[in-house]
Amino acid sequence: MDGFAQWLATTSASATIQKTLWLIPVMQTIHIICVALVFSSVAMIEFRILGVSKAQTMAQTAHRFVPWIFSGVVVLALTGAVLIVGEPARSLPSFEFQAKMAFLAVALALTFAFTSSVRRHAEIWEENSGARLMTSALALVALAAWCAVVVYGRWIAYTVVH
Amino acid sequence: MHWFMGFLSWLGETPLSRWIAESFWAFPALEVVHVFAISMVFGTVVIIDLRLLGLASTSRRYTAMAHELLPWTWGAFVLAAASGSLLFSSRPVGYFEDKDFGLKFVLMGLAGVNMLVFHFVTSKHVTDWDRGPTPWAAKLAGALSILLWIGVVYLARMTGFTIVQGGA
Repeated sequence: MDGFAQWLATTSASATIQKTLWLIPVMQTIHIICVALVFSSVAMIEFRILGVSKAQTMAQTAHRFVPWIFSGVVVLALTGAVLIVGEPARSLPSFEFQAKMAFLAVALALTFAFTSSVRRHAEIWEENSGARLMTSALALVALAAWCAVVVYGRWIAYTVVH
Repeated sequence: MHWFMGFLSWLGETPLSRWIAESFWAFPALEVVHVFAISMVFGTVVIIDLRLLGLASTSRRYTAMAHELLPWTWGAFVLAAASGSLLFSSRPVGYFEDKDFGLKFVLMGLAGVNMLVFHFVTSKHVTDWDRGPTPWAAKLAGALSILLWIGVVYLARMTGFTIVQGGA
């Protein structure tokens, strides 16, 4: 990974991003805005799970917010890729970056599983059942994983470069 | 103004400020809290603004959504202000003299004015459009709100570049 990061840093794409002064802050701004949209969408679904918000059915809540999670993640990946090409040594070899990607994989897998569960068994959310308790627990684990993505994401900036 | 700069210099030398500035983890940890808080502020504001624009959640009553979400917006705003104040205290004079940082508060002020106009003028007749299409004034408030808050996030990010060489 160190070798790849060093090679990426020598490419003309990396040099262009470095030289275009507005590019990195603009990419970071779009990245932060998408973090906000994804995190809030996750929060809205958690509120429905925990019963903080009961106005809508789980199927309605998922229909409203899940697309924002996945399309937000796509934009996050694209802006994140530009940031990585611009400063590969800051992200790729860092423990924080790798931990962030691992938690992202967990969060995405759980969100996929949750979404398909709601699609197939929407009725369990409108009654009290064991299946509901199990899925709620998984959703809370997903929330914890999303939080870890945010924490490690911010901590990439404080990676100790060896 | 002289007394105020004196206050900022004093604030930067308090033990808490020095600890935030010098600790390995205090500043990043406060940034993480700030990121979570602004995520909830921005996200909940956009959910309400998209409803005002008629672009999402159109099947829901506006007042029911606002009643459900605004306590989270304000709670997160208080958390963002508290963590932001602590971040500010680590380098008060530097932040105060930073143009992007100042402009960020101008845009937040404008977002506040937009919100007050909506609250005291536009939403007076909310019962007329609570379930149906929103009037142009409500759409304008929603659009202004989204644009102003995007500007706030951009200027906040720029502050990190303009206040410290190299950024963090």
